[in-house]
Amino acid sequence: MKFGVVRFPGSCDDVDAFQAAARVGDVVLLWHADRDLQGVDAVIVPGGFSYGDYLRAGAIARFAPIMAEVEEFAREGGLVLGICNGFQVLCEAGLLPGALLPNTSLKFIFRQVELEVVCADGPFTGACDVGERLSIPVKHTTGRYYAPDEQLDRLESAGQVLLRYSPGHNPNGSLRDIAGVCNERGNVFGLMPHPEHAIDPLGGSTDGLRIFESIRAHVEQHVLA
Amino acid sequence: MRARVLVRPKAGILDPQGQAVERALPALGFEGVRNVHVGRLIELDVDDPDKLPEMCERLLTNPLIEDYEIVGSPGGDSIGRSAGAELPGENAR
Repeated sequence: MKFGVVRFPGSCDDVDAFQAAARVGDVVLLWHADRDLQGVDAVIVPGGFSYGDYLRAGAIARFAPIMAEVEEFAREGGLVLGICNGFQVLCEAGLLPGALLPNTSLKFIFRQVELEVVCADGPFTGACDVGERLSIPVKHTTGRYYAPDEQLDRLESAGQVLLRYSPGHNPNGSLRDIAGVCNERGNVFGLMPHPEHAIDPLGGSTDGLRIFESIRAHVEQHVLA
Repeated sequence: MRARVLVRPKAGILDPQGQAVERALPALGFEGVRNVHVGRLIELDVDDPDKLPEMCERLLTNPLIEDYEIVGSPGGDSIGRSAGAELPGENAR
């Protein structure tokens, strides 16, 4: 399968996302000003500080030319994974519900957290088990997941909350310990933790690979089959 | 026309920045300060002020988490605001 990793001015985790995707498939970089997704099977919107995160994190990047193609790709059911700043971009674009607000501590946080897999029947966590714990790092200032209460109820009952911070591990004040959510259709997923930084034993954990392996398995079974 | 867009965190959403400022003021001896909220000011010259609400909804604010108020200048009269936004001074919460 072929992944595409978007590169905005100010992206900084594009290379790690590229390396992580390369462990499970082929990868190409997608330049923000291009309008060609190069036939990829899944798009990764990586972490960083796209367009300087001016105004609000992700607010400008969502209008990048490549994002029009990503939105069209998502509408057609293509898999889109947003990590950290990518999550913020997808929320700003309306591809994912909710918004990311400044951490309650107002501090930049950078540490390993433990996540709990809440749903494991979709394309992004299909290789995991429900209740499985994943050790993956977070590093952000604006990661407090917010949505109005009634929307949170709907997300939970519809199985759109895929990952939660384990009890005591919520680093940013995210409502209901939400670490990652998908859209209603299940083909767009965003999370604040960085699975691409947890792919090698040298980095302390390989749990992040589970996300990339899930995507590959889904694409091989449902798209390329 | 010169306009100002005042952007405020929506009522009910935790505003740790406002809380930090509220805690800092008494530490400097300024007592009697409550309900501090920190927002953003965007100033711009605009040919067609009627377009300002759409600019606010599409880019300048995130309507899920922020309210806006558009103020014309000179004069400083409020000429528009997001649905449900409170007047300044009303936003004790």
